[in-house]
Amino acid sequence: MFVHDTLLNRLKRGCATMAYPAGPAPALPERHGGALRVEAAKCQADCAACVAVCPTEAVTRPPDRRVALDLGRCLFCAECVKACPTGAITQTGDHRLAVRRREDLVLGEAGNEQLRLAGVLDEKLRRLFRRSLKLRQVSAGGCNACEADTNVLGTIGWDLGRFGIQFVASPRHADGLLITGPVSKNMELALQKTYAAVPEPRIVIAVGACAIAGGPFVGHPQVHNGAGVLLPVDLFIPGCPPHPLTILDGLIRLLGRLEESGRKTG
Amino acid sequence: MNRTTPFALLTNGTALPWADVPEWPLPEFLRHVGAELDRGERLNSLFGVPEGGALRLVAVLAFDAGNTLVVGRSRPFSGSFPSLTATHSQAHLFEREIWEQHGAVPENHPWLKAVRKDHGAGPAVGDFFRVDGREIHEVAVGPVHAGIIEPGHFRFQCAGEEVLHLEIALGFQHRGIEEALAGGPHRATIYQMETVAGDTTIAHATAYASTLEALAGTEAPLRAQWLRAIALELERLANHTGDLGALAGDVAFLPTASACGKIRGDFLNLTAMLCGNRFGRGLVRPGGGPHDGGTERLGKLRERLETSLAEVQQAAVWLWDAASVRTRFEHTGHLHRKQATEIGLVGPAARACGLVRDVRFDHPAGWFRFAQVPVSVWPDGDVFARARVRWLEIQRSGEFLREQLDAAPDGETRSPLPPLAPDTLAVALVEGWRGEVCHAALTGADGRLRRYKITDPSFHNWTGLALALRGQAISDFPLCNKSFNLSYCGFDL
Ligand code: SF4
Ligand code: SF4
Repeated sequence: MFVHDTLLNRLKRGCATMAYPAGPAPALPERHGGALRVEAAKCQADCAACVAVCPTEAVTRPPDRRVALDLGRCLFCAECVKACPTGAITQTGDHRLAVRRREDLVLGEAGNEQLRLAGVLDEKLRRLFRRSLKLRQVSAGGCNACEADTNVLGTIGWDLGRFGIQFVASPRHADGLLITGPVSKNMELALQKTYAAVPEPRIVIAVGACAIAGGPFVGHPQVHNGAGVLLPVDLFIPGCPPHPLTILDGLIRLLGRLEESGRKTG
Repeated sequence: MNRTTPFALLTNGTALPWADVPEWPLPEFLRHVGAELDRGERLNSLFGVPEGGALRLVAVLAFDAGNTLVVGRSRPFSGSFPSLTATHSQAHLFEREIWEQHGAVPENHPWLKAVRKDHGAGPAVGDFFRVDGREIHEVAVGPVHAGIIEPGHFRFQCAGEEVLHLEIALGFQHRGIEEALAGGPHRATIYQMETVAGDTTIAHATAYASTLEALAGTEAPLRAQWLRAIALELERLANHTGDLGALAGDVAFLPTASACGKIRGDFLNLTAMLCGNRFGRGLVRPGGGPHDGGTERLGKLRERLETSLAEVQQAAVWLWDAASVRTRFEHTGHLHRKQATEIGLVGPAARACGLVRDVRFDHPAGWFRFAQVPVSVWPDGDVFARARVRWLEIQRSGEFLREQLDAAPDGETRSPLPPLAPDTLAVALVEGWRGEVCHAALTGADGRLRRYKITDPSFHNWTGLALALRGQAISDFPLCNKSFNLSYCGFDL
């Protein structure tokens, strides 16, 4: 008798949706590491140990300059953290990673050791989208893990719908695009057409290292190095893939829903 | 193996000198491949290796009953080659791929089209098979779909609701993974292997690691092999659970859909306990990985595993008890065992047609040499069978994990990888959750990768979906599609 059974079970379980953002955020996996922090001032002269191990050239050190780490390119493999002899690159354990401007992802210089987290949309857009943001997702050349962890936000534990955020079937019904993947050349036209079909005003969100800068496939002739090459991007959410909590933080941060729930945002 | 073959035998996860791979003039090579396929053997991979200005073909076949793989190659040739496809359907996509990658035309191929190439405006621009008739209409779907899904294009020929033919055009996710491997391994290679198909990170990374270890003449430490097996089964649990939930969702059976959506995440979080990443990034490395479970962590993992297994058990009971679900699952998207054999179907989709075919059992490598998982089969070939096999496998993976977590071998998880042997061929198969992942690698005289061929299970199985749709109502496409749940990026590379 599954009806009786499921109802009973349902009652016993109660509400499975997390209290966050009103309550505490769920913990990241212990070995996750979270965001990176880069203090270029700690670098030794002539050391480029981090540069030598980075798979995507996210860390660079041009001659006579300090180390710069581009979290947009970063796969969060932590090889640079292990390689650094002076502890200049460290993991902060912070799940919050979303930024509004591409250049805000470059860490290292004094004052820029940590991310400048995304602020809220401009007032006009915020008023429009705060209670209802419909997104069309476009998957364009990645590995499908960013998609998977975006999808997770629709499950009962996360319940993205409670913020009025919803993924819709048609770009005509959407307020913006959420793009994953480096944008393969083979998806270029489809992405352009989907974007054009979204009525204005519209926003673009790039989720994952691929969509920000090409990810593990950066530099391949078969891909563009991120959505920003083709479209104006309003929100960058780094990670490979970003943890669902990181994606959620980015989305509700953009809508100003974090302040509303009384959380510190910065 | 108690019969002779002209091919060279090769155990899963081992290597042999390129010079020892038997070679024949092209016609003879094709005849030998055809003869083995006629005997019922299976084509794991068929690919080209450029040689000067010419091309060689290399075939990797599985003799499942003999528990061995075999390899052979043609002499270098230029121009075209007679197609095997007309008589051996298993070869059809491989031959199209060879044409696309090397320009060698398979003569008399019945449907010669690009596999992943852009035709100026995306891979879906081009000729599709068309059915003529006044009542016939064509439906085109994709590349951008309704949900959060990867891009692909589906072209249906329908008479009213009924699908007469479905053609699938892929390639939208093509990002040049194989091309980038030439001259490697490079620093980014392992990260690209982990993202061939993001939901199959462990299986592809394990196939890659085993291939490199075979080329280097070494093995990962036992504890690393054990950890890979643990992670592989966790990957299977997460994805199969997600699939059961998605199938339930597609027939509007919400209790199981919502429960499984959550439990899937719980399984992913078990993988994240091991390495910090829900998809297992960073866990598998050639020579063995940096992460060790640690007794306390593994104990906790074992406890949480029990909770999740109990929950998925509950969600599955609801699903199987519901008559409304059974009527939607049964007789939908039917595939005959004979068709499955012909097209070389792999994984749960093949086992759901009654085929006893599982790399963990037929070609055990790594930890599976010491610990077996029984093969789960179901005879009917429909959506019900594909769901049922997943459920059987969830239980068996759970059982395997219980046993193995209690029997961890001691020791290191990593060892240095010696240099790769020059002019050597290695092949590794891994039973990923979708089926057989095949990696084949050839090194050059410099010990660098000269050719690397990846065959994701989806490469074999997309044809199965197309066949299963014949005679179905087009409205059942989402359900049929979900019952296969194939990878676009794994196919597109
Ligand atoms: S953590 Fe990021 S920056 Fe550091 S090595 Fe890995 S990819 Fe490069
Ligand atoms: S950023 Fe990483 S996880 Fe996301 S699609 Fe790209 S490769 Fe996959």
